[in-house]
Amino acid sequence: MIRIRRAGPLLATMAVLLLAFTAGCLAFPNFASLSVMTALLGDNAFVGIAAIGATFVIISGGIDLSAGAVIAATSVLVAVLVGPCGWHPLAAFAVALAAGTAFGAGMGALIHWFRLPPFLVTLAGMFAARALGFMLRDQSLGIDHPFFSMVSEAALPLGAQATLPLAGLWWVGATVIAAFAAHASTFGRDVYALGGDEESAWLMGLPVARTKVTVYALGGFCSALAGIVFGIYTQAGNPASCVGLELDIIAGAVIGGTLLTGGVGQPAGSFLGVLILGVIQTLINFHGALNSWWTRIVVGALLLGFILIQKVLGRAER
Amino acid sequence: MTDPAPRRPRVSGASIRWPAAGLGAVLLINLGSDLFGRGTFFRLGWREGHLFGTPIDVLNHGALIVVAALGMTPVIASGGVDLSVGAVAAVSGAVAATLVAQHGLSFAAAAAVALLVATVAGAWNGFLVARVRLQPIVATLVLMVAGRGVAQLVTDGQIVTFQDASFSYLGNGHCLGLPFPLAVAGLLFVVAWLAARRTGLGLMIEATGNRAAAARLAGVPSAAVTFYAYVFCAGCAGISGLLAASNIRGADANHAGLFLELDAILAVVVGGTALTGGRFNLLGTVLGALLIQTMTTTLYAFDVSADVAPLPKAMVILAVCLAQSPDFRRRVFRRAGRATA
Repeated sequence: MIRIRRAGPLLATMAVLLLAFTAGCLAFPNFASLSVMTALLGDNAFVGIAAIGATFVIISGGIDLSAGAVIAATSVLVAVLVGPCGWHPLAAFAVALAAGTAFGAGMGALIHWFRLPPFLVTLAGMFAARALGFMLRDQSLGIDHPFFSMVSEAALPLGAQATLPLAGLWWVGATVIAAFAAHASTFGRDVYALGGDEESAWLMGLPVARTKVTVYALGGFCSALAGIVFGIYTQAGNPASCVGLELDIIAGAVIGGTLLTGGVGQPAGSFLGVLILGVIQTLINFHGALNSWWTRIVVGALLLGFILIQKVLGRAER
Repeated sequence: MTDPAPRRPRVSGASIRWPAAGLGAVLLINLGSDLFGRGTFFRLGWREGHLFGTPIDVLNHGALIVVAALGMTPVIASGGVDLSVGAVAAVSGAVAATLVAQHGLSFAAAAAVALLVATVAGAWNGFLVARVRLQPIVATLVLMVAGRGVAQLVTDGQIVTFQDASFSYLGNGHCLGLPFPLAVAGLLFVVAWLAARRTGLGLMIEATGNRAAAARLAGVPSAAVTFYAYVFCAGCAGISGLLAASNIRGADANHAGLFLELDAILAVVVGGTALTGGRFNLLGTVLGALLIQTMTTTLYAFDVSADVAPLPKAMVILAVCLAQSPDFRRRVFRRAGRATA
């Protein structure tokens, strides 16, 4: 039964992804092309990478509302370090990743040691990261560096018409690493145990404190990585970007089968969940006459559907 | 800060001590800056038959948060949370503005329809939480995501402006020399307070939030209490949406009520109601909402840009959370720790 509970939502996610994609192929002749698929991977890479971190946080029984703001702040940090400060992008990336990780670890420490609600701490984190981004630079700053143009144009050629952007490769790679971490490492086991029941995890002698802080640090790291990918994608750092993106990230994870009650979920599911959001966006773009707000309504409806599926499966298990 | 009566069993988080102290501190800073001739916070004036000045602005703009936070209080006290407040406010404003501007309805009829739509949204949230038994964060996340889309659908993605005199009076008019939103917030506070404290309703909400199962065994209809808490919350969100639309004489589906749910939750928690539910204090909520607005206004007065203003807000959230956290007190103030132990 546990296996069904684990695989059920994932299968449902796959079915919806296939359904949405098939609908697109039937409705629009150009939809079933390799370039649409690679664009899906490239355009949604930053959301997907952030969703990996969010998945671990949610599995551990917490929530991270700061992702969107951290992505925006990281893109600004990289832009400022590369532009006005004249750093090499790789050095800027290292600093940005370290800063994001430290930021996440700080939130995790507050949540664990003072038993503060994750919702409020990461909400404060969201406000703080947003403000820090604006303090670095109060408007969008373009990044003009040969290395940056090279990275943004780098792509894996797939046949004659399509290339897979580097960002898409990063996303797939990060998902594979995350899947291994979740299912084949002690850290992954600790995270699932923590989300299942914190007290039991503690009584079993699992390192609750270390795991919890690491999970939020990982969340910060993934958001910072997503910020770097976003910076490369847009060739700029913009403190006002990604407002409300944390909602899409959490929605992607939930549609991918992650339970907001903790203990259940997987990185591969979030990968598919974010892809579903991307396919819906693409479908609406292809349609042309449908307006962008339909995206929100469809995503909300999907979210409800998946939450109800999880509810039913959860009840079946008991 | 030591407890005046350390032996008394501590009633968890329903005291207005912290929000009152915070508000007092911010006002003192402003008073200081006024006395040294750098600020004009307390400079009140009388013009065209009504009072004006920074404190009045604070109350005027704060009314929006006060109304939303008053609705959020019973939800949080009953052990839940409503993330859809901002989205519901946007829908309500959009419905009212569209009906008035494009369908020629009177303001009263449009407002009634808008509030009806808002309460239906609340009933939906309440149904998901109380009957389907979804986690409140999850259940209200659905409307938080979809609601703004619905609002854009209603306004067709445009900013719908209107000229209706009574609709603009709601947010811009004056009553007894004071801004009208203040009267709306004040009336709502009095009604909510009477309902909560002069009937058994408040106690039932607190019992549900403390332990829903125990409350049910004691005869409290906790499912119904939870359901109506969400309905009330959405109704208040609807009123905030009307106020926001009236303020700008138009409905902006993208920006109306943006982050309103976060401000409302913040006001309730700063006001002394624990996020885990249980005891609540409506006056604390009002003080919490005013604290947030006073701080924002003060920062603007000190020429802090609107973009950086969230940083101090984040600090206050953390400070208040830490002040209310027993673990933090135990670690930092050993004496307070012994008193609670």
